[in-house]
Amino acid sequence: MKDPYETLGLPKTATEAQIKAAFKKLARKHHPDLRPGDAAAVARFKEITAANDLLKDPETRRRFDAGEIDAVGAETRPERPQQPFYRDFAEGPGHAAQDGFADSATMEDFLARAFAGMGGGRDQMRAKGQDVSYTLSVAFLDAANGAVRTITLADSKTLQVTIPEGAEDRQMLRLKGQGMPGFGGGPPGDAYVELHVDPHAFFQRKDDNIHVEVPVTLREAVLGARIDIPTVAGPVAMTIPAGSNTGSVLRLRDRGLRNRKTGLRGHQYITLKVVLPTAPEPDLVAFLQGWTPRRPDTPRKEMLP
Amino acid sequence: MIRLTDLLAETDGLHPDDLSRWIAAALITPEDDDGEPQFSAPHRARVQLLCTLHYTLEIEDEALPVVLSLIDQLYATRAQLRALAGAVAAQDEGVKQDIVAALTAQRGASP
Repeated sequence: MKDPYETLGLPKTATEAQIKAAFKKLARKHHPDLRPGDAAAVARFKEITAANDLLKDPETRRRFDAGEIDAVGAETRPERPQQPFYRDFAEGPGHAAQDGFADSATMEDFLARAFAGMGGGRDQMRAKGQDVSYTLSVAFLDAANGAVRTITLADSKTLQVTIPEGAEDRQMLRLKGQGMPGFGGGPPGDAYVELHVDPHAFFQRKDDNIHVEVPVTLREAVLGARIDIPTVAGPVAMTIPAGSNTGSVLRLRDRGLRNRKTGLRGHQYITLKVVLPTAPEPDLVAFLQGWTPRRPDTPRKEMLP
Repeated sequence: MIRLTDLLAETDGLHPDDLSRWIAAALITPEDDDGEPQFSAPHRARVQLLCTLHYTLEIEDEALPVVLSLIDQLYATRAQLRALAGAVAAQDEGVKQDIVAALTAQRGASP
């Protein structure tokens, strides 16, 4: 038996609600009674049901995740008896058995021949392949600037994934036709790739904007300066106005992330942080000792009684 | 043939009230043996289908007869088609080819 998560097209992190929803969706599509002409539906539905049986119970799911039981071992549980489907009876007496000319295969053959290329009869035998899903960890800057990554699938097939510029954490990419092969000449399923964007050491994303805290020296803060600021697309020169303080916020217009829908870029917000010299500065000390502020600041007056 | 209690026992998750309602609405029509409903293999399979439609696919009471009626019509049509296919299959190869050719021509004529 295949990996039950793969069968249901879910990541290992799927919630109970997602498992239920995935099973519901697949049952709607593959239940043999809803696909009377589709001989492969029974096997597909059995696989889906087995995967659901394994994952819907949190305890068996936990044991499977922990490797205590495998997908095959789980089948040694008392399995549900093989249920006949309604379609085995619904078309009147006798047909379920091989009754000469009118047995199932003959009819489907006849329909396929008679209606080749047309919807209807033939269509029932075709089914799109199952969708599969993967998760992909993406570096912050790859998500910001876009990138192409190659992932290797379980069957050692590789898949090129184009990460769009400005991709968001948990964003789902759909790769059409990269899922499981179709049945009876049907198209293959799709692959869904969920992106997990890693956090960055100093950039933070808020919507399309980037926030970053940038240290400046005492001299740069007091006198103003032109300094290089890191952005997701590389350093950009920026003027720090004289008298800037810790907490001052500056904006670099259009240096944020590109919005997927509008195509416009967000902004980058820079919060300055004034840092004192790290090495001893006797001149600065001497200056401060001889310095009397024109207007004494009381920065803690809000905090003290 | 099994009795109602056996049917409830063999059918995972089937609620007796739902079954009573389906019987009352004639979505399932068990045979009657001295006032005691009896379920044949097709009945049991149909109850399974009802359970899937109602519990798994969450088709509500109001929509259930509509869906089931469409499924019944589909199977009735398939039974007719099967009979037709059987009749065609019993013909000589030449007749069969004529029928397929006629169907192909008809398809070309229709939009």
